[in-house]
Amino acid sequence: MTTVHVPRDSAARSAGADEVAAAFARHPDVRVVRNGSRGMLWLEPLVEVTTDHGRVGYGPVTPDRVPELLDAIRAGADHDLHLGPVDDLPWMRAQNRICLARVGVTDPLSTTDYENHGGIKGLRRALDIGPEATVAEVTESGLRGRGGAGFPAGIKWKTVADTPGELKFVCCNADEGDSGTFADRMLLEGDPFCLIEGMTIAAHAVGATEGYIYIRSEYPDAVTTFRRAVDIAYAHNWLGEDILGRGLRFDLHVRVGAGAYICGEETSMLESLEGKRGVVRAKPPIPAITGLFGRPTVVNNVLTLASVPRILADGGTAYHKLGVERSRGTQVFQLAGNVKHGGVFETDFGISLRDLVEHHGGGTRSGRPVRAVQVGGPLGAYIPESGLDLPMDYEKFAEAGAMLGHGGIVVFDDTVDMAAMARFAFEFCAEESCGKCTPCRVGAVRGVEVIDRITGGEDPDANMALLNDLCDLMTDGSLCAMGGLTPNPVRSALLHFADDFTPRRATS
Amino acid sequence: MDVADRVLAVIEAHRHDRGALLPILHGLQAEFGYIDQSVIPLLAKELNLSRADVHGVVTFYRDFRSEPPGRVTVLLCRAEACQAVGAEELVAHAERTIAKIGQTAGNVTLDQVFCLGNCALGPAAQINGRLHGRLTPHELDAAIADQTREESS
Ligand SMILES: Cc1cc2nc3c(=O)[nH]c(=O)nc-3n(C[C@H](O)[C@H](O)[C@H](O)COP(=O)(O)O)c2cc1C
Ligand code: SF4
Ligand code: FES
Repeated sequence: MTTVHVPRDSAARSAGADEVAAAFARHPDVRVVRNGSRGMLWLEPLVEVTTDHGRVGYGPVTPDRVPELLDAIRAGADHDLHLGPVDDLPWMRAQNRICLARVGVTDPLSTTDYENHGGIKGLRRALDIGPEATVAEVTESGLRGRGGAGFPAGIKWKTVADTPGELKFVCCNADEGDSGTFADRMLLEGDPFCLIEGMTIAAHAVGATEGYIYIRSEYPDAVTTFRRAVDIAYAHNWLGEDILGRGLRFDLHVRVGAGAYICGEETSMLESLEGKRGVVRAKPPIPAITGLFGRPTVVNNVLTLASVPRILADGGTAYHKLGVERSRGTQVFQLAGNVKHGGVFETDFGISLRDLVEHHGGGTRSGRPVRAVQVGGPLGAYIPESGLDLPMDYEKFAEAGAMLGHGGIVVFDDTVDMAAMARFAFEFCAEESCGKCTPCRVGAVRGVEVIDRITGGEDPDANMALLNDLCDLMTDGSLCAMGGLTPNPVRSALLHFADDFTPRRATS
Repeated sequence: MDVADRVLAVIEAHRHDRGALLPILHGLQAEFGYIDQSVIPLLAKELNLSRADVHGVVTFYRDFRSEPPGRVTVLLCRAEACQAVGAEELVAHAERTIAKIGQTAGNVTLDQVFCLGNCALGPAAQINGRLHGRLTPHELDAAIADQTREESS
């Protein structure tokens, strides 16, 4: 019997993994396991064959090549898709996988796999040491929110723990709306129990009995997998009335978004969970004190919560040893857009952007020169090629007028029109604004018009001044970061790519 | 079952959920393919909300359609990472050959989306819930044709 792993991650499926799995399953002496993806997405469908030397990779595999591939595997012969042991590939070796340790390795819905690969240890330890010490471990680890703002998780948890309340909530933000990000999705599909464990630890730490996860509707596979994982977790006493027989009670509900980017903003997400329009709430009060249905609520990103089990299992100090300055631990970077080797790459903070884009990413997919890189989603700045030496560190990015956000890195080659990207930033904001405040709602629409006038050659100087005023107004006058940070991509495009804003002659 | 009974069955399934309106709307859209204006009064009454509140929620979220879609719904990603690898060309092709974004022509509804989480394998699209990547205009046409065939068989 030959065991082959064929990912059922949705990116792998988009590259034909289901067809490949079906082609293997037609052979009676082949056992097919559907794992998550290792995150080397340019190699998908990446098939792994279990051998005496570990799991050997082949990719990208197409269904028509499965029979010859099986022949080669059985004969021990070479094959042009042969990659060698997957754990030894440079992309894998260069990483430090904590959050994604099991993603791509295990069967995502196997509780046995989960425990055999270190799962549930963190929760057991949290139960052993008690809520207060659990919060202390998270604080000690230096873990900061991975959703974008980088707020220290331990401080947030302590606030919720210290706020009295009969009913408290833990909410996981799985709205992952930023273009160029897909790590939350890969974890939801590839290691859902890790997130369930992280949320359960959070609940234990702060005294919450109910949890909600808000998954965006654009991720139907993630919703299906996570729902199944929740059912299995209940059946296995990892959720419910008496978790692990230790008297802990925690119920977890899966909710699906409805196509609004703004619902990734935490207060908008809470409104949406309450069944309302996703309009942003003014802060204070903060969700930690007055959150879902007015109760004390932890809101954390998927990767924040998925980092917690390991922190508890190994201790906060071990995690704090990784990284640089005030950016501790690892971050899951996502290489996207026009990049040769796109995928997820988890490593300690401090690695340079150039290292990620050029070395690991291999430059552009088109083979043309890199011109600009947008880090941190649609509200993140554009960084020119000359700026790629920036280390991946929250504060260093802030000093450079950029942001790490959720770790998405979108690469553009030299054919990109940066005035069009600046225009798109406003268009996106106009489309996705919750409408609560004028600078954002109206400013974004004006922004599109002003850029059109500039590139149309209509009084460029006056309109450029207007554009700057508009950016100031949005930065200063918006209630949340949607309107407040939209000037980031616009201003960075203007600053580094001014030539793109010169008037164009009509082409016809 | 008449329409009102089907609506009530969906509401009943979520009666005890906290903040049940979104799960109910998703349930109704799964049942009918869209949210018909005429269900709003019933929803409002059953959930003890005002009609204006329900209407406000239905219209706030892009997912909830006011009209039945075609048998095949194509969502094309237009976010930055897909733009970097030619998403706009794909959109132009689809608008030329199928329908304008937001419209239905024959069996096919074309719409846009901002990110499908397939940003390393763009340009991406979702066709009846299934993710596609690295799409050329030709592959998009083929994928739509496959899905159309599947839906009519
Ligand atoms: C417009 C906007 C969109 C956001 N989208 C997301 C998102 O999709 N996922 C996420 O985790 N955080 C998102 N955030 C950040 C959240 O508001 C919040 O800071 C985060 O969920 C807190 O969790 P963390 O501390 O673990 O990062 C967004 C913020 C803004 C302003
Ligand atoms: S800045 Fe924009 S998205 Fe944020 S609250 Fe104001 S209108 Fe809503
Ligand atoms: S930007 Fe298109 S899938 Fe993410």
